[in-house]
Amino acid sequence: MEYYFSLLVRSIFIDNIALSMFLGMCTFIALSKKIDAAIGLGIAVIVVQTITVPVNNIIYNYLLADGALSWAGLENVDLSFLVFLCFIGVIASIVQILEMVLDKYVPALYNALGVFLPLITVNCAILGGSLLMQERGYNLAESVVFGFGSGTSWALAIVVLAGIREKLKYSDIPEGLQGLGIVFITVGLISLGFMSFGGIDL
Amino acid sequence: MRKLLDRFESDFHPGGKWEKLYPLFEAIDTFLYKPKSTTKNSSHVRDNIDLKRVMITVWLATFPAMFFGMWNIGFQANSIMADIGMTSQDGIRGAIIGLLAGYDATSVWDNMIHGAAYFLPIYITTFVVGITWEIIFATVRKHEVNEGFFVTSILFSLSCPPDLPLWMVAIGISFGVVIGKEIFGGTGKNFLNPALTGRAFLYFAYPAYMSGDAVWTAVDGYSGATMLSLAASEGLPNASEAYTWMESFIGTIPGSIGETSTLAILLGGFVLLYMKIASWRIVAGILVGSMVLSELFNLFNSDNPMFSLPFYWHWVIGGFAFGAIFMATDPVSAAMTNSGKFWYGILIGVMVILIRVANPAFPEGMMLAILFANLFAPLFDHFAVNANIRRRLARGK
Repeated sequence: MEYYFSLLVRSIFIDNIALSMFLGMCTFIALSKKIDAAIGLGIAVIVVQTITVPVNNIIYNYLLADGALSWAGLENVDLSFLVFLCFIGVIASIVQILEMVLDKYVPALYNALGVFLPLITVNCAILGGSLLMQERGYNLAESVVFGFGSGTSWALAIVVLAGIREKLKYSDIPEGLQGLGIVFITVGLISLGFMSFGGIDL
Repeated sequence: MRKLLDRFESDFHPGGKWEKLYPLFEAIDTFLYKPKSTTKNSSHVRDNIDLKRVMITVWLATFPAMFFGMWNIGFQANSIMADIGMTSQDGIRGAIIGLLAGYDATSVWDNMIHGAAYFLPIYITTFVVGITWEIIFATVRKHEVNEGFFVTSILFSLSCPPDLPLWMVAIGISFGVVIGKEIFGGTGKNFLNPALTGRAFLYFAYPAYMSGDAVWTAVDGYSGATMLSLAASEGLPNASEAYTWMESFIGTIPGSIGETSTLAILLGGFVLLYMKIASWRIVAGILVGSMVLSELFNLFNSDNPMFSLPFYWHWVIGGFAFGAIFMATDPVSAAMTNSGKFWYGILIGVMVILIRVANPAFPEGMMLAILFANLFAPLFDHFAVNANIRRRLARGK
């Protein structure tokens, strides 16, 4: 139990997927203008990440990895070159299914997430989460925790950035830096702040 | 002086000879004299305290900590030199000290001079480099040089270890002023405390100089650990043999220049709290947050000696008091709403204990905790404002 807790803390704070690995930057920067929108997107990322990482974990461990097909009598088959294709396909289809399910059964949440849900398909933090899961060899339980933790870390980062950007509306930024330039610097300074977790060894 | 300034004033106005340097003139003029301009339209707030006076008050409030810090550098250095049998410092500092004073650790004068020989170069470098950036930005961007820099410069130099090389001081304050403040448009428009930004930059760029054992006393080649790293490596019982709680409170321990004496900081702090320049909510939040979390950690049985360090020790060692009073209460980078301020303080308190206890890489957590909380300050405000809106809507129903 303690192990899973420390994995959770590590994936939220120490290996923050947005601020220490800089994954998912496009949505991170494009949709962080308003806090409310950022919170909606953050929740969507947490949900999708918590589902896709374990699903990809099952697919990888029982279909793709070297020798994973031994239950079907194919010991020497190594399909791991299909990892990218499968993962991105799984993510895209799960997002689509999730969208339809939400539309049918929880329309309130569907409306709240709105356009963010399909956008997540192309968020590299999601694919990155699955690939990190494969690279680090997590088992199913670990991948659930990691999926939830890395999603939360991304959500936390985008909400913080949105808060600061709302405050920066009142700033007087030099012409050359207006827009994206100052956002990049801001993200850099945020990750400087998050370096306080840098050496924690759990 | 007034006449001199008036005579040159026209040169600085648009069309004059030195039109571009107007911010520089304005800064000198308003620093020396009360500004002539008054609000012309119907004004909203009448108060005899303006930004300039707030900043100068903070600057003055750091003086007890600063003078004590200078004395303490000298005291630490002189005591150690007596211990290891060194009779004089090398180089230019040695020459100055030799000219004005001796190396007697019991003499207040000798200690002050010795400390000043280390502190003043750091402060002067900070000030000159920082104000140069301020003036460059003010000139190009046509805003005014602001007294905020007095505070930034003194806080930055007081948070440096005494033995820090001066070129690093220059780099640190440049980063703090330019990246931390000026590119966002100057005082009041940044979201991180510029002094802390500069210090954090140095901390990660040159970790050995900012937090190693060799930098805390101003004697070449001598390494003495701070109270915090002693407590972390050997546990409180051993560490308190080296320095007692009272010594840590009064401040006769090695550490960054201005942070050692909780007592001197409190002197300045009471002035700031009384004048409501520093928010008591933030300070209270920090105390509550750190107390709760360190009590929680005390319940654990762990090999890590920091787990059992009680909160009243946390409060007096390291940069806790300095950060809580001077750094965290910076009105620009802290939360603005009342409940936001309290939560902001709690976050700092929790983070400082968490970093000190759970993070072996960084013995000191105050700086990083405040930076971290600066990031969350706008969010706290957002939620406080939303909660207000919701409450009022509910009341209207």
